[in-house]
Amino acid sequence: MAKQHISFTLNGAQTDVLAEPRELLIHVLREQLGQTGSHIGCETSHCGACTVDMDGESVKSCTVLAVQANGTEVTTVEGLAAGGELHPLQEGFMEEHGLQCGFCTPGMLIRAYRFLQENPNPTDEEIRYGMSGNLCRCTGYQNIVKAVQYAARKQQSPQEA
Amino acid sequence: MSTTADQIERTDKLQGMGCSRKRKEDPRFIQGKGNYVDDIKMPGMLHLDAVRSPYAHARIKSINKERALALPGVHAVLTAEDLKPLNLHWMPTLAGDMQAVLADEKVHFQMQEVAVVVAEDRYIAADAVDMVEVEYEELPVLVDAHKAMDSDAPVLREDLAGKDEGAHGKRLHHNHIFTWDVGDKDDTDRVFDTAEVTVNEQMTYQRVHPSPLETCGCVASFDKIKGTLTVYITSQAPHVVRTVVSMLSGIAESKIRVISPDIGGGFGNKVGIYPGYVASIVASIVLGRPVKWVEDRIENLSTTAFARDYHMTGELAADPDGKIKALRVNVIADHGAFDACADPTKFPAGLFSIVTGSYDIPTAYARVDGVYTNKAPGGVAYRCSFRVTEAVYLVERMIDVLAQKLDLDKAEIRFRNFIQKSQFPYQSALGWEYDSGDYDTALKKVLEAVDYEGLRREQAEKRARGELMGIGICTFTEIVGAGPTRNCDILGIGMFDSAEIRVHPTGSAMARMGTITQGQGHQTTYAQIIASELGLPSEDIQIEEGDTDTAPYGLGTYGSRSTPVGGAATANAARKIRAKAQKIAAHLLEVSEDDLEWDVDQFRVKGSPDQAKTMKEIAFAAYNNLPEGVEPGLEAVDYYDPPNFTYPFGAYLCVLDIDKGTGETSVRRFYALDDCGTRINPMIIEGQIHGGLTEGFAVAMGQQLVFDEGGNILGNTLMDYFVPTAVETPVWETDYTVTPSPHHPIGAKGVAESPHVGSIPCFTNAMVDAFSHLGVTHMNMPHSAYNVWKQIRASGIDKS
Repeated sequence: MAKQHISFTLNGAQTDVLAEPRELLIHVLREQLGQTGSHIGCETSHCGACTVDMDGESVKSCTVLAVQANGTEVTTVEGLAAGGELHPLQEGFMEEHGLQCGFCTPGMLIRAYRFLQENPNPTDEEIRYGMSGNLCRCTGYQNIVKAVQYAARKQQSPQEA
Repeated sequence: MSTTADQIERTDKLQGMGCSRKRKEDPRFIQGKGNYVDDIKMPGMLHLDAVRSPYAHARIKSINKERALALPGVHAVLTAEDLKPLNLHWMPTLAGDMQAVLADEKVHFQMQEVAVVVAEDRYIAADAVDMVEVEYEELPVLVDAHKAMDSDAPVLREDLAGKDEGAHGKRLHHNHIFTWDVGDKDDTDRVFDTAEVTVNEQMTYQRVHPSPLETCGCVASFDKIKGTLTVYITSQAPHVVRTVVSMLSGIAESKIRVISPDIGGGFGNKVGIYPGYVASIVASIVLGRPVKWVEDRIENLSTTAFARDYHMTGELAADPDGKIKALRVNVIADHGAFDACADPTKFPAGLFSIVTGSYDIPTAYARVDGVYTNKAPGGVAYRCSFRVTEAVYLVERMIDVLAQKLDLDKAEIRFRNFIQKSQFPYQSALGWEYDSGDYDTALKKVLEAVDYEGLRREQAEKRARGELMGIGICTFTEIVGAGPTRNCDILGIGMFDSAEIRVHPTGSAMARMGTITQGQGHQTTYAQIIASELGLPSEDIQIEEGDTDTAPYGLGTYGSRSTPVGGAATANAARKIRAKAQKIAAHLLEVSEDDLEWDVDQFRVKGSPDQAKTMKEIAFAAYNNLPEGVEPGLEAVDYYDPPNFTYPFGAYLCVLDIDKGTGETSVRRFYALDDCGTRINPMIIEGQIHGGLTEGFAVAMGQQLVFDEGGNILGNTLMDYFVPTAVETPVWETDYTVTPSPHHPIGAKGVAESPHVGSIPCFTNAMVDAFSHLGVTHMNMPHSAYNVWKQIRASGIDKS
């Protein structure tokens, strides 16, 4: 199958890659571009382990064709920390024990990153709904909710958290 | 001796046992730098994919590989015929049976591996899978375990024709695997014959799947020049994998390196040895290239492991006051097409004999008959110790059934039957010695915390208004930490575990264990044990596991065995080091060893506190200034053979409300009190409990692998198979008591599985409690809205 040229911004860097039209974005990210932070958990858009941010929306990259990324801006977990500083969400997941095996974590972080821009001051229930496209088998979500609250607080008033 | 402020400060600096130290694993995971099997990429690596059977039971008439082999990028298509010359078309299971690696002449369950394709990339491999042409002749299918032993039941395992003896004794029928029983049958029957009160209930514990977020997979790499094999694998027991691979392949264990890298959750799914692993290893040996296999979610739910599928009949005999006199249990266990249960080899029904629970039941008998059906093999311990979840479910349900019959309160009947604190160590009727417990205190604490009487009053008011509210109680005892090598082994290898600790000259340390973390936080908690034992800051202690080239041999992580067995080995290895350190300190301080006392992080001279040597100072001296006759260095290895299991316990209470119109259930409150003995890291314990409760909620409320009459699996994607999201998952309340294990070096018992084991019957008990005033004594799981709605209709209250 003839490969297509795909040009997009990945974690702030201009990125060019060749992929077959049928190739999924998650495979291109992981196998060609070495960004293995996003994971594959179900291939049917249910688990959210492959969640990346594309043009300001959370998308499940296991059901997005790589060619659809052409011309977009994509952020993955590898792009969350800026200038050597952890993102408040990354800090929150560590502080509140929001992860165990770590497999869902990159997708959770990237979804929460978008969610807090949609709703910077959420209730616990809003976090649960806002994160319901991402499954976790280890934590029971309670500490994930706390971790997102930690980041929300920190983003509102960076000194406190 | 009282604790001084200085001692408290020094203790705090160590970040040892008892503190909620933040996890050392996290910085990698939150930055996308985990290293899971599918992240591994090797030069020249090929991809393996499987051709799977659409039928549950069929004869293979022909396999045509030509079209697939002609596809550019395809390197091999392997079938059972290709594995036969290597004698690898069948493999032994952990349970003493044989399992087809690739279907040999016939298929025994839908989605069984018929052939494997090895290709340049996963897309070409998937294309080639579709090009392998297989011709089948369908055979009659056996799905219902209750019909497995009918005289006209189809013969599933033709390979066992004429074999009346299985790995666990006599086989009674061509689809029978084993009979296992325990207890005194005659005595038990006698008690039942004369009992004033008896109850019985049939319950089906549905087939479920652990479904960790990461599926199973491996990368096998055979180096033809060195003759060495390296396997990266999603395994909860890498050392056992190395032994089994050596036995199968004939390659010496010293030339096999098995590495469990980061594992995306296990929950029992990653204990077994699966055909995909074996096929990848064979393909790598044949092709001389690294071969990766990673199953997709449908393959995961359909083929690699299942749990439960126990069809149980429970009976209790009691006096009119509700004091239990005897328990009798009969089980039909659906093991699928091959008996690949992951149990200690001598325990075909695992530790099911914990079925007398937290109660002082003088007489008991339990029998389990394992049968073959046309379903996937497995029978793993899904976040529990071997078959303990089934056992606890049975006894916790039965005591409620008895309470209902006698019109006794469900808390009161438990108090009347609890094993008393003074009875420990307690000998159970089915042969276990419970090490410690305090069940009364635990349940009392929970009842007070939730205002139990208030809840019962509210329930009475709601019932009067025709509303459905349920209160469920579960007071469980687990049995974990397999186990004493006198009776616990896997393929002949005793179920010990190990730790090796090296203290470096400048006082940092490296430790390696035979267990393997899958999210439990071993890198954090093992370091805390060592920090407290050695007086070195946990921050300076590195933990490594999972690489058979570097870690000491261990049986792995499942059945809550890491803390009870690996944790004990860790404490003991540290104590060996401290004993040597004491000799060195005596030499440095020019006193006798007996004149020294241990004080947080140093040895000091009794009565002369200024004279002391810290562990850090001693570590340096261990490499340059030793007493005569003491060898240099400061390290130790410990292989720990536990004298007994540990017996964590807990008291749980669930309050739920049911919508009579839709059958939807809302869990209003779930209060979980756990006693896991000494607590190493309260933050991690709480996280483990949240996770276990959530997995318990999933099993009770929705999980089930459903099959139709043709053996077609009907729910093998996350579209159909219930994994709760944050929205459905209740908010958990946790609490604890501490009853240390008397035989464990640090008194710890293990915790991660208790919440799964304990919560499932708690949910069912709450559900049945909501309907108990209508005469309902049992409802099978899963308690999905549809199933609950059917009960509402059956009880005739849908119109009221």
